[in-house]
Amino acid sequence: MKKLLKYLKNYKLQSVLAPLFKLLEAGFELFVPLVVAAIIDNGINGGQGAGYIVKACLVLVALGVVGLISAVAAQYFAARAAVGFSKELRHDLFKKMQTLSYSEMDGLGASKMITRMTGDVNQIQSGVNLVLRLFMRSPFIVFGAMIMAFTIDVTAGGVFGISIMVLCVVVFGIMLASIPLYKKAQAKLDGVTSSTRETLAGARVLRAFCKEEDEINEYNKRNQGLTKAQIFVGRVSALMNPLTYAIVNCAIIALLYVGAIKVDGGSLSQGQVVSLYNYMSQILIELIKLANLIITVTKSFACAGRVNEILEMQPTLMHTKPQSAAENAPFIEFKNVCVNYKNASVNALDNVSFTVGKGQTVGIIGGTGAGKTTLVNMLPHFYDCKSGEVLIDGRNVNSIGDEELRAQCGIVPQRAVLFKGTVRENIKWGKNDADDGEILAAIAAAQATDVIKSKTSGLDEQVEEGGKNFSGGQRQRLTVARALVKRPQILILDDSASALDYATDAALRRSIKELDYNPTVFIVSQRTSSIRNADKIIVLDGGKMVGLGTHSQLMESCEIYKEIHNSQYKREEA
Amino acid sequence: MSKVSSKIVLKRILKQLKNYKILLSCTLFFALLTVAGTLATPIFFGRAVDAITERGKVDFSSLTFQFILTGASIAITCVSQWLMNVINNRITYGVVKDVREEAFKNLQRLPLSFLDSHSSGDIVSRNIADVDQFADGLLMGFTQLFTGVLTIVGTLGIMIYLNWIIALIVFVLTPLSLFVAKFIASKTYSLFKTTSQIRGEQTAFINEMIGNLKVVQAFNREEENMNKFDDVNQRLTQASLKSIFYSSLTNPSTRFVNAVVYAAVAFAGAMILIVPSMGALLPVAFSVGKLSGLLAYANQYTKPFNEISGVVTELQNAIACAARIYEIIDETPQTPDARDALDLQSVNGDVEFKNVYFSYVADKKLIENLNLKAKAGQRIAIVGPTGCGKTTLINLLMRFYDADSGEISVDGNNILKVTRKSLRKNYGMVLQDTWLKSGTVRENIAMGKADATDEEIIEAAKSAYAHNFIMQLPQGYDTVLSEDGGNLSQGQKQLLCITRIMLCLPPMLILDEATSSIDTRTEQKIQAAFARLMQGRTSFIVAHRLSTIKEADLILVMRDGNIIEQGTHAELLKLGGFYSNLYNSQFAI
Repeated sequence: MKKLLKYLKNYKLQSVLAPLFKLLEAGFELFVPLVVAAIIDNGINGGQGAGYIVKACLVLVALGVVGLISAVAAQYFAARAAVGFSKELRHDLFKKMQTLSYSEMDGLGASKMITRMTGDVNQIQSGVNLVLRLFMRSPFIVFGAMIMAFTIDVTAGGVFGISIMVLCVVVFGIMLASIPLYKKAQAKLDGVTSSTRETLAGARVLRAFCKEEDEINEYNKRNQGLTKAQIFVGRVSALMNPLTYAIVNCAIIALLYVGAIKVDGGSLSQGQVVSLYNYMSQILIELIKLANLIITVTKSFACAGRVNEILEMQPTLMHTKPQSAAENAPFIEFKNVCVNYKNASVNALDNVSFTVGKGQTVGIIGGTGAGKTTLVNMLPHFYDCKSGEVLIDGRNVNSIGDEELRAQCGIVPQRAVLFKGTVRENIKWGKNDADDGEILAAIAAAQATDVIKSKTSGLDEQVEEGGKNFSGGQRQRLTVARALVKRPQILILDDSASALDYATDAALRRSIKELDYNPTVFIVSQRTSSIRNADKIIVLDGGKMVGLGTHSQLMESCEIYKEIHNSQYKREEA
Repeated sequence: MSKVSSKIVLKRILKQLKNYKILLSCTLFFALLTVAGTLATPIFFGRAVDAITERGKVDFSSLTFQFILTGASIAITCVSQWLMNVINNRITYGVVKDVREEAFKNLQRLPLSFLDSHSSGDIVSRNIADVDQFADGLLMGFTQLFTGVLTIVGTLGIMIYLNWIIALIVFVLTPLSLFVAKFIASKTYSLFKTTSQIRGEQTAFINEMIGNLKVVQAFNREEENMNKFDDVNQRLTQASLKSIFYSSLTNPSTRFVNAVVYAAVAFAGAMILIVPSMGALLPVAFSVGKLSGLLAYANQYTKPFNEISGVVTELQNAIACAARIYEIIDETPQTPDARDALDLQSVNGDVEFKNVYFSYVADKKLIENLNLKAKAGQRIAIVGPTGCGKTTLINLLMRFYDADSGEISVDGNNILKVTRKSLRKNYGMVLQDTWLKSGTVRENIAMGKADATDEEIIEAAKSAYAHNFIMQLPQGYDTVLSEDGGNLSQGQKQLLCITRIMLCLPPMLILDEATSSIDTRTEQKIQAAFARLMQGRTSFIVAHRLSTIKEADLILVMRDGNIIEQGTHAELLKLGGFYSNLYNSQFAI
């Protein structure tokens, strides 16, 4: 939390004024019982008459007005500070996340990053807001009341001291005891949730196996456990109100008793006893507010810790001094490349070496987890090599600026993601200033013209979040178009035809072959049909390169390639 | 929701509470005691204050008497409040439990058409979040609504008894605070709506851009995104400043109104005490003690009002949630098996479709006049492009859906006249989107045969080529799989699903071949396991592999939900129709 305090820097004034005004308000509230005591002692019992009472009551109203003004000011400053704080925090967090490299993203996971930005920041914001508003007020009233009591009478002050202590023990005790119990109940609720989710996801299989009754029994057991946990925690927290009620009222009895003796002895007046009684009633509410505040603040602290973790992350991607292009070097070269993901025991790529000439087409094939995606992710320097080098024009990719390097690469990722906005805006991701002619050309090359034609608004068709209103195949073709509009030197198609039928897949490959700027193409695929015409085919198995050559060469020399091919074309050509 | 329907829901909720009649009357009784105790205590304190007059004149015997009364009233309040809380908990969580049980039970009986047409996320949130919200409303209703109303009535009564003039002042002035609170709430409502709308916009943007950060970086879009983010962020900041500030005015404002009421009570009370003619208006003598009691009441009086207005919103919310849950609980379940339905014993496996018509939506025709005959032991391959309706056929075979007209029979028995359970027991189904239950590997395999021995399970796993990889798992057959087998590869999951069938070996099979994403070696094992499974069994295979298709006894070619061609591989090629096109396109370069 401390490290996040710098985000209050621009709101120093507000952060000081908010609690100050809160304090003022609380102070005025503490005067009220004194005024009431004066009314009783001087106005009623002392016989100072109606004039005195009118004045005193006007003072009460005035206290209310001043209290209202300071409260409004306090709320305003607190809101300003909290909102400004979270604005700057969110900005920095978003900025930071954008600089993280692929391996940090893999470690964090997208859903975690999203929660940090949304839920956690909101929690911190309300923590800041509450702290500014209550952190001064509640303790001030609780202890202020005690001090006021001491000024009236020391013994009475002692009663206050003891009852505040007992109240603290009870309030915090019950809260602390019930937090883990609530957590337990929450865990049981998660169990019930997953039961429900599972029974829906598996509805067909469960019915096929006639497991409906078993499911009900299992669910009822979990549900029963949840109910028990809830009732138990409910029983504990049900103690709060009765106990605090008893404590406060017993304290009042004690106060009245002490007061009675003092009044009888002449050292206190009836009005003062009434004001002591009033102070005692004020304490309880503020104490409960304070306890709630402390819980909220603890939660905010936990969130702050998590957010701070991200803010302090350093992108690990390595960058070296710029190198000049070597003459006669192959366009792309992998030299003994090994890649290892964080915490993985085996290398994702193990000692892979090959060269690719400008304009060539490279096919990459292998089973799941063979390292195909990893291999193509090395070209735009999304990951660092553990050892070995990836060279473009003889320059190590980590010596080229990321932005410059990535501007050369047209990437079509495995998961065809489109963003909210129009089709045109989506394609423009590839080239910000692309005109309609360029966009339509890219779409045509990506075999997506019919996609645009099928939509009423053409290029202006709205894409919903995640591209939900386009089919998998349509999305894939549009992501290809997005990469093509860049006219990239290196085109990477990461299994980007998996949702296309064979005919469209073939047409797409043909049109890429005919592109006038003649890019170097990497095609990742599970199907041999997609890559059989490539100039070079790389066969991966468990991160190792087990074959390199053309289709016909590999059919001769590479057992695994043959196996893959045959499983797809069994006995057809053999 | 309209008023009428919320009335219906309310009735439904009351029906749900029927089993809790005794507890409900108990909680009402204890609420009454609690309120009575809470209200009595200040009276006793007031009398005690009156006993503490001045030097040498304190009436200690009266004081002691009042203390005894207070003590008793505190004890009663304390105990009855605790009991009330405990009982309320019991009722609320009991009702919640009942509701969840009923909902889940009905989920098992609902036709699949219901489950298919409702997002499972929505159903889960109804059964979890909505029920929770309902519980919150119920609990608040019990604890605060009733005691709140009682407190208001009781306080007013006592104030009238103590001093009707002051009671009148409080009664007239207090609604001011409610009015102020309401005014602020209505003003802030639209502010909150704007804020949450902008927040939703920002969350969606974060979801998109952080969720797909890899693409963002691949296209160097960081700067544009930062600008867009700052724009939304700025708007959110302004909107939330307004909504937070204006809504936080409620407390100070009502506190201010209370302060005014307080001053008015103090003023009126004091005046009555010093002006004898005013005191004469009262039936009983007024005192400083009574004034201090009235001040305490005046402070307390607004609290239940604020609480009740909170409870009312909460209750409206709860009723809306309850309505959504009852939609599930009261949804008509699938037609139960007829009483005289046949219990299908082990069948040969002759399956026949006669003039079958079926569609998911009444006005969108799908399967029309389908006729097909599968003899015992035959292999039927179903082919066609994705989304052509292959799963519809599975739905009809398994009676996940019933045909609109026509007849489907197994061994000559119309499947509508057979118990669902016995029909499904005779099918073994392996779907492409494999589903495993959270639990151990062993439990998953034994799903179809709960009493299987370890030997049988291992034997089945060996036949399905799954034994080897199972033994490599950390705890072998006792390895706990997370929800949907997350820690296994797609191929391994499929092998487990095959093992599941291998254990009970039903006479008919429904197999769905995986399209991709399985490495070659595992794929070969799956093929081999499928082949072993199919021996001598009537098998319906949603096929993607050429070899499977070519070896089938009958190929059904589907397109747009219809079977457009059927026959053997050779026959269909000769036909030169859709199938031969599809077949040839696979080899187009």
